[in-house]
Parts: sequence; C-alpha cells; structure tokens
Amino acid sequence: MTGVGPISGDATPSRISGGVRRSVSHDSALKHTQGSALYVDDIPTPLNCLNVHIALSDRAHARILSVDLEAVRGAPGVVCVLTASDIPGSNDVAPVFGDDPMFVVGAREALVQCAGQSLFAVAAETLEQARHAATLVEIEYADLPALLDIEAAMQAKAFFEEPYQFVRGASESAISDAKHQLSGRIEMGGQEHFYLEGHAALSIPAEDGDIVLHCSSQHPSEIQHKVAGMLDVPNNAINVQVRRMGGGFGGKETQGSLPAAVAALATRLTGRPAKVRYDRDDDMRVTGKRHDFRIDYTVGFDDQGRIDGIEMDQAARCGMSHDLSLAICDRAMFHADNCYYLPAVTITSYRCRTNTVSNTAFRGFGGPQGMVGIERVIDEIAHHLGKDPLDVRRANFYASSGTASDRNVTPYHMTVEDCVIDDLVDDLVASSDYHTRRDEIRTWNENSPVLKRGIALTPVKFGISFTVTHLNQAGALVHVYSDGSIHLNHGGTEMGQGLFLKVAQVVAEEFQVDLDRIKITATDTAKVPNTSPTAASSGTDLNAMAARNAAKTIKGRMIQFLAEHWSVVPSSIVFDAGQISSGAHAMSFDDLAHSAYMERVSLSSTGYYATPKISWDRKAGRGRPFYYFAYGAAVCEVAIDTLTGENRILRADLLQDVGQSINPAIDLGQIEGAFVQGAGWLTTEELVFDAAGILKTHAPSTYKIPTISDRAPDMRIHLWDRGKNREDVIYKSKAVGEPPFMLGISALMALSDAIAQARPDNAYPDLGSPATPERVLMAVEREGQK
Amino acid sequence: MRDHLKFILNGEVRRVDKVDPTATLLNYLRDSQGLTGTKEGCAEGDCGACTVTLTQHAPDGGVEHKAVNACICLLPMLDGKSVTTVEALQGKAGQPHNVQKAMVDQHASQCGFCTPGIVMSLHAAGLNADRLDGETAPDILAGNLCRCTGYGPILKAAEALGSKGEAAPVRSDLSALESLVGEDMTSGETKGRRFFIPTRLDQLDTLCADHPEATMVAGATDVGLWVTKAHRQLETVIYLNQISELKTIRTGDDTLWIGAGVTYEEALPALSKHWPDLGELVRRLGSKQVRNTGTIGGNIANGSPIGDMPPALIALEASLHLRGDRGRRTLKLEDYFIDYGKQDRTPGEYVEGVEIPLPDKVDRLRCYKLSKRFDVDITAVLGCFDIAVREGQITSARIAYGGMAGIPKRASHVENALAGQPWTEATIRAAMHEYKHDFSPLSDMRASEEYRAKAAQNLLLKYFLEMQGDRSQTRLVGLGSNLS
Repeated sequence: MTGVGPISGDATPSRISGGVRRSVSHDSALKHTQGSALYVDDIPTPLNCLNVHIALSDRAHARILSVDLEAVRGAPGVVCVLTASDIPGSNDVAPVFGDDPMFVVGAREALVQCAGQSLFAVAAETLEQARHAATLVEIEYADLPALLDIEAAMQAKAFFEEPYQFVRGASESAISDAKHQLSGRIEMGGQEHFYLEGHAALSIPAEDGDIVLHCSSQHPSEIQHKVAGMLDVPNNAINVQVRRMGGGFGGKETQGSLPAAVAALATRLTGRPAKVRYDRDDDMRVTGKRHDFRIDYTVGFDDQGRIDGIEMDQAARCGMSHDLSLAICDRAMFHADNCYYLPAVTITSYRCRTNTVSNTAFRGFGGPQGMVGIERVIDEIAHHLGKDPLDVRRANFYASSGTASDRNVTPYHMTVEDCVIDDLVDDLVASSDYHTRRDEIRTWNENSPVLKRGIALTPVKFGISFTVTHLNQAGALVHVYSDGSIHLNHGGTEMGQGLFLKVAQVVAEEFQVDLDRIKITATDTAKVPNTSPTAASSGTDLNAMAARNAAKTIKGRMIQFLAEHWSVVPSSIVFDAGQISSGAHAMSFDDLAHSAYMERVSLSSTGYYATPKISWDRKAGRGRPFYYFAYGAAVCEVAIDTLTGENRILRADLLQDVGQSINPAIDLGQIEGAFVQGAGWLTTEELVFDAAGILKTHAPSTYKIPTISDRAPDMRIHLWDRGKNREDVIYKSKAVGEPPFMLGISALMALSDAIAQARPDNAYPDLGSPATPERVLMAVEREGQK
Repeated sequence: MRDHLKFILNGEVRRVDKVDPTATLLNYLRDSQGLTGTKEGCAEGDCGACTVTLTQHAPDGGVEHKAVNACICLLPMLDGKSVTTVEALQGKAGQPHNVQKAMVDQHASQCGFCTPGIVMSLHAAGLNADRLDGETAPDILAGNLCRCTGYGPILKAAEALGSKGEAAPVRSDLSALESLVGEDMTSGETKGRRFFIPTRLDQLDTLCADHPEATMVAGATDVGLWVTKAHRQLETVIYLNQISELKTIRTGDDTLWIGAGVTYEEALPALSKHWPDLGELVRRLGSKQVRNTGTIGGNIANGSPIGDMPPALIALEASLHLRGDRGRRTLKLEDYFIDYGKQDRTPGEYVEGVEIPLPDKVDRLRCYKLSKRFDVDITAVLGCFDIAVREGQITSARIAYGGMAGIPKRASHVENALAGQPWTEATIRAAMHEYKHDFSPLSDMRASEEYRAKAAQNLLLKYFLEMQGDRSQTRLVGLGSNLS
C-alpha cells in the first residue's frame, strides 16, 4: 500500500520539480505557519472602511408588527441602517429558489421564519458600535406557531415538494416473501461546519458604481450574480475574488451571499468600503448546517442476511427555505444503497419545511445520512441473525467490475460498472487483521464488566459528479509570460483541500516546468466567468482538466511555432524537464516563451471542460448521474464505559481508492481529516435547539468538534494501491474530498457493536447519533424491547 | 503610580496610554498593530487560533513562557510582560523557525487558519523545553482546534520537533523584562472607566475598600467572556495577576495552601502529587492556554455551578480564606456557595486562598468528569468522592457534585446512607436510591436531566468498583487507562 511519496502511473516519470504524483507541500503551507497567508479579515482595509453588523432574529416564527430603528440610527458611530427598503433590486440571497430574504425588516412580507434570520444591518465606524446599536431596536412581534423538528413537519405535511421516490422492483412483496423481516428507525443529528474562519466579506467601491468583493466563498460566481441582482446591476458590475478560505466543507457554498450582499449594499448606500465579519456565535446562528435526518426502514432478507427487498423513508429537516435541500435530499437517496445491491427497493424522501435555519451543503451533501441508513439496516440484520455484520455486508455487495452477475443496478437504474469494493475490503480485512481482533475483543469483553470494546468495518461507494448536471463544467485561464513564468487561474476555490496545488502540478506537468514557475492566483470572476461551486468533490476533476486544456492550447501554438522555426514535424517536438527539443534542436522553456512572443504567438488561453457520459432524468428517477464512483472502507475499534456512556476510538484503519493520486500527501490529508470530521458528526458533535427553536450550541464551548486528544492513538491510513479510475479523469485519479467523510460511519457501527455486548439481554442497541455519552448510556440501559 | 502600560511586543518595548480597561490583546494586535497572523476563531478561548507566547518572570526568579489565548487576554494583564506573535518567529533573513519547518514538512496545515495558533503552542512548549511526543503533544495542543487535518500530521510535526522546538533567538530575556519594572502599581482611566494593577495585598485591600463595585480579574478566562461574548462594559477593573502574595503554594504539616492567584498550571504539580485524580481533573478542566492563565481562586470565586475545582475541594474538606478591608475570615468551602449566582462574599471581599487538608495515608479521592468531549469541555456531571473504610465499614463519606444543582453541592443523603454501613455493592446500590433526595438536575445543552440523574448514581458504583481493583478496568482515558 502506498504511503507518502512519489508513485508511478501512466504519466511519464518526470524530472521536473513538483509534477503530478508527487507529495508536494501545500502551496501556502509556509505562509500558513508564518501567519502571512491572508484571509478576508486580514486584508488591510482602507481608512474609511465601515463595519457592518447583521441583527438576527431570536424568534422562530413571527410576524413583525412594528419596528422602531430611531435609537439604532442615533447610536454613536452609526453611519446607516440597512433594511429591505434600501435594496434597489431583489431582497433575496437564495441560491436557486428565491426564498432567502436578505432582510426581514422592510420586506413586503415582514415575516420571521427562523431564529437566527437576518433582520436588518447596521453600518458603523467600528464593529462594537454597530453591534451595540443593533441591540437598541424595538420590534413588536406577533408570534406564530412554529414547526421546529422533523416530527412536527411530518405531522403537518410541511414539505418543499411532494415526497420524491426511487422505485425499482416490487419492494413490498419482496419484503413479505422474504424469510425474515425487520423494521426500525434511526435518527441522526445535523452538524455545524465549524470552519475555523467564519464568513467574511469586504466590499470596495470602484468606478461607475461597480463593486469589488473579497469573500470567503466556495462559489464566487453565485455571489457575483446574487449581489448584482440585489443591486439591480448587470453581473459585469460586480467582481468577486477569493484567494483562500479558512475551511469551507460546504458551509461556504451558498452561505456567503448574505454577508457579501450586506457589505455591498453598505458600499452602495454610502460610497464607502464596508466589511461584514461574523463572530463565531453569529456565524453558527445564521448559517445552515448539515441536515438532521430520520430514516424508517422495513427490510426482508434471507438466512445469509442477503436483502430481498427494502423500503426506506428518509425525512430531512431542511429549515425555513430551500437552499440546496432538494439536491441534498436527492443525494441521500442516491446513497441509500451505499455498496449494496437492493433487488427490490422503494426509497421515499420527505423534504421537511421547518422554522429553523435553512440547512445547507456539508461534505457528503446528504450522502452520509443516506449511507448511515443502510449501514444501520445491515447492522440490525446481522444482529438479528447473530452474524458478523461484515459477512452480511459482503453478501450484499454490488457485483465486482468485470463479473457476469447482474447484481449491479442501483435504485436509480444506473449500472455500477466500476465496483471494486470486494477487492478493497479484502485488502483492508487482511491489513487490519479484522477477524482476529474481533475475536480478541469478544474475549476481552467477557472479562471486563465496566469497559466494553467494539469493532466494525464499513464500506463506502460515493457517486462523483454534481447531480445537477449543468454544474459539471469548468473554465481556466493560463498565461505564459515572455520570461517563461506562468500565471494560472481557474474557477475552483481553495479552502485548504490543496486544489490550487494539484491544478498547478497538472499544468507544470503539461508544460514540463518546475512547479515554482507557476503563479497560483485568487479565484476571480473577472478571469473565469460562470463558474460552478467548488463542491461535490469535483474541484480537481473539473478544474485541472480545464487548466490542462488551456495549457495544451498554448503548448500547441508553441509546437506549431517551433515546427516552423526549426523546420521539423510537430510530432517530433518533446517538452521534457524545462527543455524543448526535436532531434538536435533544443531550447529552454523560458527562451521558447520569449521567442514565441517575438514571433507574435499568443501565449494566453482559456481552457474548458465538461464531464462526459452523464445524464439524469429526475422526473423518472433514472439515468447516469455519476461519471464514476469512489470507494473506500474503514475498520474502527472503540471502547465504551457502560456506567457513563463515555466512549472513544482506539484504532482506525482507513483504505481509500483515489485512483492514481496526483498528490498522495494531499489525498492522505483529505482522508484523515474527513474521517475525523465524519466520526465527530456521529459522536461528540451535537446541535441542541431549545423548545423555542433557538440554537443553544453556537460556539466551541458548547459545540464539540474533535480535538487532537480524540484522535485514535492508532491510525493506519492508506491509499488503495490497486486503485485506478477506469474513466478518463485527470491522470486517472479519483475525487477525494467527500468520500472518506463516510469512513467515519465505522465509528458509529463499532459503538453499536460495543453496546450490544454490554447489554444483559440480546436486544438491538438502536443507537442514534451523535453517540454522546448520554445516547450511549441510554442505549446500554434501555429496556429491551425487541 | 504608572498611568500607562508597558510591555514588550515581538522584542520591542511598547508604551500604551489611555487603555480601555478591558481591551483584548487580540484586537490590539489585529486592529492597531497590523499583526493579522494571530486569528480570531471563537473569541472565547476555546479554539486556540489566537494563541501567542507570553514571557514573564517565573516564581523561581527566571523567565517562563506560556501559550495563552490572545482573544480573552486583556491588555492590562500584559503590563511588565513580553508577547511574541507568529510574525516574529522566522529568522531575520526569513528562514523558517523549526516549528514552522516541521509543520510544512509534515503537511500539517490545510486551510491554514488554525495554523498560527498551533505554531505558537509548539513554540511556547519549545521555549520551556517541554517534551514533545505522542504522549505530551495531545495535551499541549488540545486547546488548538483544527477542522481540516484530523490532527495526525500536526502530531507528527510535534513529534519531529521532540525537544528541538526552540531554535530562533529568544527576543526577550530577563533583562528586557526587568527594564519594564517601574512603579508598584499601574492604573489607567479612559472615558470614566478605569483599571488598577496592584502588586501588593495592602494595595488591594485599599482598592477593595474604595471600589467595592469593582470587577476583580485574575486570569480572565471567565471575565474575558463577559467582554467578548456578553459585550459587557466593565467600569472598574482590578487586575490581580501582579500580586505575588496571591501566588503562593505552601505545603504545611496537615494542609496545602493554594493562593487565589495561582494558575491551574502552577497548581498542577502539587495537586497531582497528593491527589493524582485531582491533577487529572485539572488537566481536563481546560486547555494548556486556559490553565496558563486561569486561577484556582477565580474558579471558586465566580461561583459557577459547573466549575470543576469546588466539588473536588469540597470532597477534600477544603476551607476558603476570604480577605477584605474588614479583615480575614475562613469558612468551609461548601458554605461559600449559597445559591445559584449567590456566594458568601461581601462587596470588597476577595478570595485569598484555599486550604486543603492533606491525605492522612492513602489518597481516596476520585474525580469523574463527564462531558461530551474528554478534553477542553465544560462539565455535564462531575462527581468527586472521598470515602473512608475501616475494617469493612464505611467510616466517612464525602461526595460532592458539579452540574447537578445551581451550586457545587454535597450528596448528603447519599453520604448518610453510606456512613457506618458495610463496604459492599449492596450498600452502594441502596445508596444509589438516595440521589433523588439530593439532586433535581436540569436539562440543558450538555445533558438531559435523566442522564445527569442516572450517570450521577452510576459514578458511585464506579467509585466502588474502582476501589476494588485497578483503574485500567474502569477508565477509558487519562490516569490509569491502558486502552491504547
């Protein structure tokens, strides 16, 4: 198996420094450690920059009867108060459906729809002044009944669309005809992104009323378009730039529009630069989170645990508006099968409208919730049959690529052509010593009355492509300057995942120059237009292809020029390690750039890429929404304290198929970080809302992401050395951003295993998430009902 | 009396006039010094992105280096001290510091936002020649949250440093600190709001008499949040951290004295020596950064129902020493806590120290802190037990809890049910029924009423089982655990 270090592949092993398949350090690594990497709040602001604070609602659902802003306007330092009546264009910051008002105060319908909703904003000389002034508002509300959770919304049938279904085969009869039947429910909590850098936007006025915005966003184009719509100006009047984010994880896919729009409006109204920067508590109150889900299941299966038929009802708390919830709930359905062939299946999805913050994208985009559902089903089947859950998992795996079996069609009628889960799990079972350890743990538990250990292996199959097909496109812009130095730009954004570096490695490889000849530049809507969000793990697949296409165009022109210059055939010209040669002719890349410029050859090009093969008929629930699948598996070992419910991870073995890695160190970093984040979602991270719908956990003092001491003392993380992408993806790599998040599910299943062994009866633990000490203790002590 | 602050920032002496009494170091660095390498991640001392290194006189006469959270470090706390930020680590020619190099080499940053804080935590550890390995680094870095890496590469960087963290020249030394020493008190006033930094108890007595309404601040790990989270404006603030008389740790014949100004970190060795479990509790109570500034006295004085020191100290029968302009008095620590938000302390009185009886022969104290996360989390339930058994009979039982009531509180009914009974599981199980007479816990974001009630009882059973055997049978983490 491959650790950190160069690996061979189909690219020519190059002698350049920093080409593909090299574990090059993150391009900003040194700057990160020196504090010189700039985030939005670090950009030196002009002297007259305003600070803007957004006032948030503390009601879940209420009509505003009256608002008195006089005291706010008169407070020290206040320059202006921003309400919906100041908006020249559209009072909306929603990504798609037009249902996220920028401000409630001054809106045509002054209706508060969740606690934490933006009411109005105050622009002042200092942030403290703005914040203080906002507290002086007097608002008279008429409270309305609020739907706060999934149960309430299900009762009220409050949905964003009719329940949506995937159906293949006759599930009902398949279940009733099966030898065994089970049904149950699992509830899983949401998750706060907790990017370390909160949202921020800096708005700078330009000529003609134009605005330049520096944002912390995964989707600069969307911010550009939303701000233009809000100001009622064409898109070309707004320029959005994103150098880097201090973490994104999906939380900066749509949520950056509000702070950007507020800053831009302040600039529009005052002509002054303006900044919005949420403090942690506001960030956690105002931004959406991972959807909490409730999944009900009924399954029929045989003595081996092989599923004959299954029905799953997925209900998601979407919050007060659509945001991206429909696509997120779709992806939960797309992953309700995970690695398992479901011969007869009905998946029904309920998109619940609630008076809580509008939930949004988060690494995995619904996939993790869908996957927890089926992993739970498998776990319970195994418990019912008294089998090792791994055996039940294997009995249900999709047929391996290249085998004759027809057990390879998903609930959405896509044929899985690239399934490698059997082989990958074989390798992991061996390297993790799963069977021996499982036996040892059982023996150990017999002699340990208070502490119990558990182990589980869970697999992952994650579909790669935006399921909203038109988003699967990307653009890039590459310049070669006359000294041979290169400027690289593309539509992807850098949030720490190493995208900028990987794309630069690809361009270096294409031109055969050292990586340090390439200047990585901020994402900029003025350089590459109409970009897709950096999301769906697609950043490298899309943008590296686009950048390589741009480089190829320039390279083609260079070759054309040299062929004439040297009177050789173009195919004889070779780019290799900074030298370009053909027979006896040779020239350095820098000289070539200069010579080509002198001969009036264009050394700048855009590049474009659109993912092939994909299509999706949402109405019919049929098609090929994914170009390919990324696979992985994890073995997790945990221990619990049966008196307190406290629990911890002792060891994790992770194996991920990243195809042939462009940068193994970066990929390993994604895998480890994703696993820890996934395990955090399912263990310590708990969002608590009170009875009035107010979030009580809005800072790290109360919302607990894993810290360094939660890391399993034994972590063995590997790229799968047999991995290879059968599709024509950049350098045969595979996407890595989201898939390993779901390796964290192994932690929940291992806890379930430990609890099952702690119970005096043989009842199924029924463990929901997050598996806090409280949930674990209750699962240990719950009266057996099955 | 000096009317301005004087401290060293990245090797240069700074004089700051007209200081807001509760200005934070983080805002000073970012807003007025352009030092934006130090980040705001939470403004409550819980994420560590703002970690800087504080250099100050050590009790032994030398210098010591402490990682602290700049977000809740109030500027007057820096008077006479030296601060180093991430910008000052690299060499004059820009060559990276060892810590920076190790972090880059191990791919230990992704988004980079937490990175400066991690670099500074490692930097401070290096200056103190703290051992850095797989065992120590998780505690040194538990106060630095990272959301990207999963921590493995950071741990590798720490391990690679070993004890070589310190390489760059230390820009401040004893003589630099000594150049700052001036008057015996600093104070300041701006827009009618004022602060005082006394250096002696007699000054403090006078200040307390003159300003009974003043807020007293020791480490600001609690009061800092009044400022950054509640956005409260404090009118008069007395800073206690320069009073060396409050910083004594004294082992007597029968008792251990801990001055109110002793930080958790300073108290840790003495507490761990006599009561290993109390040491572990203090370790888990807060991050290194918080332990470096927060004080034992502050944890008691603020009267929080979820402060971790009081239940343990009540179980140990500690007494509290209060002092004020009307003199001194001593009371049982448990009597200090009257009701939620109400303590037996009059305006103008302050906590001088706590006196803890030393264990006679065996240390029987066990402390069980339950929280969602092991390190750096606020307690849901804390149970502290000291039960004496002679010849199979329970001779005395002291049991105190945090998180179960509006104040830290003894489980009196449970204690009574145990006293004089045989030391058997049957006795324990019978006593577990008594909890309902002692506590009616609440539900909040940390735990439900049901969990608190159930877990609190189970902790008594845990204590019983644990006293029969090895801690390794009952502990998932920390002291005695061998699950790794």
